Amino acid sequence: MTTSPSSPAPNQDSGLWQPNRQLSKSVELIAKIVFGAFGFLSILVTAGIIFTLIFETIGFFREVSIVQFLTDRQWTPLFTNSRFGIMVLISATLLTSFIALVVAMPLGLLSAVCLSEYAPRSLRRWLKPALEILAGVPTIVFGYFALFLVTPFLKLLVPGLQTFNGLSAGIVLGIAILPTIASLSEDAIYAVPQSLRQGSYALGATKRETITNVVLPAALSGIVASFILGIARAVGETMIVTVAAGQNPRLTLDPRVPIQTMTSFIVQVAGGDTPTGSLSYRTLFAVGMTLFVITMALNLFSFWFVRRFREKYE
Amino acid sequence: MTTADPNAPLRNESVEQRFSSDLSGRYRLDQIFKTASWIATIAALVVLAFLLIDVVIDGLPRLSWQFLTSFPSRSAERAGVLAPLIGTIWLLVITAIAAFPIGVGAAIFLEEFSQDNALARVIEVNIGNLAAVPSIIYGLLGLMVFVRILLPLTGGRTVFSAGLTLALLILPVIIVASREALRAVPSSIRQAGMALGATRWQTVREHVLPQAFPGILTGTILALSRAVGETAPLIVIGAQTFVPYTPRFREGGFSALPIQIYNWVGRPQADFHTNAAAGIIVLMVVLLTMNSTAIYLRNRFQTGKF
Repeated sequence: MTTSPSSPAPNQDSGLWQPNRQLSKSVELIAKIVFGAFGFLSILVTAGIIFTLIFETIGFFREVSIVQFLTDRQWTPLFTNSRFGIMVLISATLLTSFIALVVAMPLGLLSAVCLSEYAPRSLRRWLKPALEILAGVPTIVFGYFALFLVTPFLKLLVPGLQTFNGLSAGIVLGIAILPTIASLSEDAIYAVPQSLRQGSYALGATKRETITNVVLPAALSGIVASFILGIARAVGETMIVTVAAGQNPRLTLDPRVPIQTMTSFIVQVAGGDTPTGSLSYRTLFAVGMTLFVITMALNLFSFWFVRRFREKYE
Repeated sequence: MTTADPNAPLRNESVEQRFSSDLSGRYRLDQIFKTASWIATIAALVVLAFLLIDVVIDGLPRLSWQFLTSFPSRSAERAGVLAPLIGTIWLLVITAIAAFPIGVGAAIFLEEFSQDNALARVIEVNIGNLAAVPSIIYGLLGLMVFVRILLPLTGGRTVFSAGLTLALLILPVIIVASREALRAVPSSIRQAGMALGATRWQTVREHVLPQAFPGILTGTILALSRAVGETAPLIVIGAQTFVPYTPRFREGGFSALPIQIYNWVGRPQADFHTNAAAGIIVLMVVLLTMNSTAIYLRNRFQTGKF
């Protein structure tokens, strides 16, 4: 055993941590660039959607005048004597969405109030995840319900109701968007601070007065946002209206007869064999563009509304 | 910034005119309101439960091993869901592989790396917008990009194109869920990591991600279950309803459970409607399994947290 001279051990394998700063820095940079690219991809998706729709829509408007598109009262793009009046499809979409909202808004808001204000905490803990699962039930399943359950039942009540109709599709559409509206409204109502409720009780208000006069106005922006999201979902929903409302484009607000919404037109044409570049292929994208513009407008309005009317509590 | 306040100061009436304590009347109103809200909740749940129970009653007798292992057929009794079921599993795998890393990566970038600059804000607003785009529009995007422009790569109307389209569809959902999970990790953990000399990425990889992982996984599974139930984009991409073989990755047609259900619902014969109900049961079992896994993960890891 030789005693080493008093010089301290050199750096070799001393067990001390040797940071490789250069390597860490390059890895850091690579990670940042790669993840940044992933984030940027979401912008590319939006750009891709807009480019796709605009590209084919321009091709469409080369052959069909935009005035005819917006004002014609008939929609017969697959006939030899083709007419392109988008209002026909829009009226059907508005009809089914309106019926859906009449069903979903009161029921959704009342359930949200019940869950947040009246239901015991334990029940709420069970019902919230249940709502999330119900919001995820595929819409084709609701389409089955609409056609085979709701329509036969409604035929007993509504005279002149046809097998395919806007009424049944609209009602089931309302049931389908109800969990979304209830869950989001409940979030907004639940987030209202307890001190506001206590203040209202201290002034002598009853529970209902507190809810309708204090809690709901305080949660207004969130509630309205949930309604608008519900409308956007109803407008863009496809399978329920395709299965239950029929494929007959006609300009009517009669909920008993078959109609064709924008989405069910896209399904009808895309489901068939449509040659790329043909006029009916381009019609797909023109209708898609209209749908996109409508849902985007609703969405931006909801953003604006929330930002403008959000109550902030410390 | 104030909204209209219903309790605003009385306008012209005097306090005496407005004030009436009529307690019993107000309590009666309270009772009515409470009852109405309970009825609304119970009615909504009962209707949904009734619909689901009805489909089980319709479809359960048809459900058998033969139904799960048969290819489509022109006779309802011999038809089965093998090809759609395999197609759905294909879609699930492709969508997960494509969407999970990209979604989580984008969330890490937005939560951990990006400063509050213009790019980050644009991406943020954009993701909110994308989440509200109807699924059928994604179908049109997939038709243009994956089926037509990337034809040599994807092979056209294949399960690969469809899986990538669904991945784009659920990307915003995964990003939002992952960001929430990352945000729930206390920043003291990040500060501790960086105080020890770790870089941002090292801190995220070793400390933040493991903490946030259960939340990310839950969000991803819920997003995937949404993709599994999608019908409209697959129709636009060109899913087929009569596929007498198991689908291949990049060639040939494919089917999926929702597509098969849609096709059976549209047939005039009642026997096929029973098949549709049985198909719905299979689809719902797949979805419920995924959802309960997600909820189990969430509860499992929530309890042991901090």
